[in-house]
Amino acid sequence: MTKISMTVNGRKVSGECEDRTLLVNFIRDNLCLTGTHVGCDTSQCGACVVHMDGKSIKSCSILAAQAAGSEILTIEGLAAGGELHPVQAAFKTHHGLQCGFCTPGMVMAAVDMINRHGADLDEKTVRENLEGNICRCTGYHNIVKAILAAAEEMGASRQAAE
Amino acid sequence: MGVEGIGARVARKEDKRFLTGKGRYTDDMVVPGMKHAVFVRSPHAHAKIRSVDTAAAEAMPGVIAVLNGKQMLDDGIGNLICGWMIHSKDGSPMKMGAWRPLAHETVRYVGDAVALVVADSVAEARDAAEAVMVDYELLPAVTDAVKALEAGQPQLHPEAPSNLIFDWQIGDPDAADAAIASAAHVTEMKIVNNRLAPNAMEPRAALGIYDSAEDHFTCYTTSQNPHVARLVMSAFYNVAPENKLRVIAPDVGGGFGSKIFIYPEEVTCLWASKRTGVPVKWTCDRTEAFLTDAHGRDHVSTVKMAFDADHRIIGLKVDTVANFGAYMSLFSSSVPTYLYATLLSGQYAIPAIHANVRAVYTNTAPVDAYRGAGRPEATYLLERTVETAARELGISPAELRRRNFIRSFPHQTPVIMNYDAGDYEASLEAAMAAADWNGFAARKAEAAARGMKRGIGMSCYIEACGLAPSAAVGSLGAGVGLWESAEVRVNAVGTIEVLTGSHSHGQGHETTFAQLVSERFGVPIDNVSIVHGDTDKVQMGMGTYGSRSGAVGMSAVVKALDKVEAKAKKIAAHLMEADESDIVLENGELKVAGTDKSVPWFQMALAAYTAHNLPPGMEPGLKEGAFYDPTNFTFPAGCYICEVEVDPETGKTKIVQFVAADDFGNIINPMIVEGQVHGGLAQGIGQAMLEGVHYDPSTGQLLTASYMDYTMPRADDLPSFNISHQNTPCPGNPLGIKGCGEAGAIGSPPALINAITDAIGNNDLSMPATPGRVWAAANAAH
Repeated sequence: MTKISMTVNGRKVSGECEDRTLLVNFIRDNLCLTGTHVGCDTSQCGACVVHMDGKSIKSCSILAAQAAGSEILTIEGLAAGGELHPVQAAFKTHHGLQCGFCTPGMVMAAVDMINRHGADLDEKTVRENLEGNICRCTGYHNIVKAILAAAEEMGASRQAAE
Repeated sequence: MGVEGIGARVARKEDKRFLTGKGRYTDDMVVPGMKHAVFVRSPHAHAKIRSVDTAAAEAMPGVIAVLNGKQMLDDGIGNLICGWMIHSKDGSPMKMGAWRPLAHETVRYVGDAVALVVADSVAEARDAAEAVMVDYELLPAVTDAVKALEAGQPQLHPEAPSNLIFDWQIGDPDAADAAIASAAHVTEMKIVNNRLAPNAMEPRAALGIYDSAEDHFTCYTTSQNPHVARLVMSAFYNVAPENKLRVIAPDVGGGFGSKIFIYPEEVTCLWASKRTGVPVKWTCDRTEAFLTDAHGRDHVSTVKMAFDADHRIIGLKVDTVANFGAYMSLFSSSVPTYLYATLLSGQYAIPAIHANVRAVYTNTAPVDAYRGAGRPEATYLLERTVETAARELGISPAELRRRNFIRSFPHQTPVIMNYDAGDYEASLEAAMAAADWNGFAARKAEAAARGMKRGIGMSCYIEACGLAPSAAVGSLGAGVGLWESAEVRVNAVGTIEVLTGSHSHGQGHETTFAQLVSERFGVPIDNVSIVHGDTDKVQMGMGTYGSRSGAVGMSAVVKALDKVEAKAKKIAAHLMEADESDIVLENGELKVAGTDKSVPWFQMALAAYTAHNLPPGMEPGLKEGAFYDPTNFTFPAGCYICEVEVDPETGKTKIVQFVAADDFGNIINPMIVEGQVHGGLAQGIGQAMLEGVHYDPSTGQLLTASYMDYTMPRADDLPSFNISHQNTPCPGNPLGIKGCGEAGAIGSPPALINAITDAIGNNDLSMPATPGRVWAAANAAH
């Protein structure tokens, strides 16, 4: 067993885990943050996407030990002060979720996508960038709509701030 | 329609918890003392178990117990069953082989469970599972259903000689033969409907908790129908009496049919919890899901469709072989019979139909209902055949369909169903207009100039939803009734709880059921809570499948609301000293019609509970329950048009546009209905273009056991969809709802395949139409 420390959703946390423990299991089992999900065994589905040091990663594909000392943001930490993040709000407005299981990973991947592309996102780019996130409920139609709407809104508010 | 009532595009109430990571799925549950289970599964498709040696595994770190099938048998846990009786045409009952939750004599497919390891952690349980030594005596295996019927093939169950479970028929064979003999034209096809893995994103899971003090079990499980799970586990599997077994299906991450059935794992976890004295949780990994979730489809059929000289369909004859896998899953027998062959009339007036269906055991995962369940198979068969006939007859596919549409209702088909309402022409016209059907030739020419092959195809589907009058399904062999229950509790301050036997695993019931209450009583949807998924809270109910929650589940709520309203009006009339018949409910107030007298809703509710001033003889409180049993199936229908562009160099198909025009009856929340259509289309397009379960035919090994090998539809495989509704209210239920959950998966595969075969000029193409297959078919055509 190894003691690992990191910052998760702005809080310093630490926990004991086996060397082989994946980050997703550390988040779910040690920290009881069960919003991050496991939907496959092969890093394909993206239900486990979190942000590590500001970039989206699949938390099933790195060891908890590799994340030691890093800043992790999970879905639970996204809504600052209880207000939904614009991506979360857009998913709700545009009905971008049904069963909700892929949703945390989708939202975290979408936030990263908008961070990388800004308001210039178009449908083709969004669809290509969702390659690593599988949804079985929505047919992606409303997820794509929600991400485009959120990108536009975040771009507009960024512009207003400048 | 109020802003939150029927017909309003209300954003979902349940979204916030899913969007903020606060959803609570079975694998999220943690209880004190909980341990983790991993199943030891057969690596062989067919073998005798000589011995199971658990000594090494028991000595591994963290291991609590290693349990086997003999212990389970000794403890009296029963066989898994199929709950729908089908009789063969010779009158004999279906031949069901024994299915043990943990096999102790024979394994019959790769993934068949043999033993269970319970340990402190999942990792330790997994390590120990690898140390369980099972000595197998290998037997030959068969995975193809048609081949399994042949002489000399491996035999799975002694109860079913030749692997034949039943040989069933429907319709009039002589009339169909006579129509074919007298026909001006007969279109003949062989149709294969590919096997699919359902792939709800949340893998199945179960947490069994035994309380020795109360001799009581609690089961958290990924179920679409927790009450049915409790009933079956009590009455047939002998886990515990119903009053000693609580089943909770919390948030469930998609079902698509695969979570209707009671699997070995939840039964085993409950039993293991009693045996070990600790709560036992098992969560499926994705490969395990591919191996053991009930698969869908897997039909091989031949069809003959007979036309007279006026291009009217005068007869249809279908022969289908349905692969059931290694065991009969809970509702497996209903799928290729009453959910399939009863829909073979499609949207067409066909005077003579005969279908023969043989159900066959093979060394593959059990096959049962998957989104659409039988109706996609019927639609694919019919709509490919009609399209092919149009090409053979040299008339437009739309014209051939129009000529054969049923136009007056009710319409009795020769295969049981009585269609109650519909307007098939309206959906056809709407879809053709939306797709700019008439402009296709120009688009095809433009694509050809770029070296691309453009094609267009349509599909006109009908399905039967609502499942269904209990007496009717009982007469057809169902072991359960298919009504639904509801209870409406008005609290003393006027807020409302609706307890429903329906279960939401993505469908948005917490919103749509609240919209119904808001429409009736004028209360905000935030004042209405929907309770489902817990057998201790909700009275017996039948759950969600077959697009039934609106048509059946909400109808039960309507009945309960009727009773609440009647009592509320009595109380209000008493309070205002008015006549009960003069009371109207408007905007959250009970008013005396034509006066300015009114009582707010909450005040009436408070009066019901203070009981200081109720009409003489009235019981205090305001809570009513109801059971609703439908009078008929419902019949959603529609027309789908797909336009594709095929790259002849690579065989890659691009969907240029997909148009869906549906008749779902009345709609509670259009936004949610559209979402259901999108998701169904994605699954149907997945079946037609991407997905397919493949077993190695000689060894029975599953070759598509991960997302590396089984192609799930991704965002860049799909277009945005163009959808519309042409609704005719359903006359069979109080809300006029037909259901929308399965339509997309039912109607889309033939539209897509018809489009691709149109593009490449070769009709010899099977699903999934992968680039390799399309390229080969396109090149074979020249």
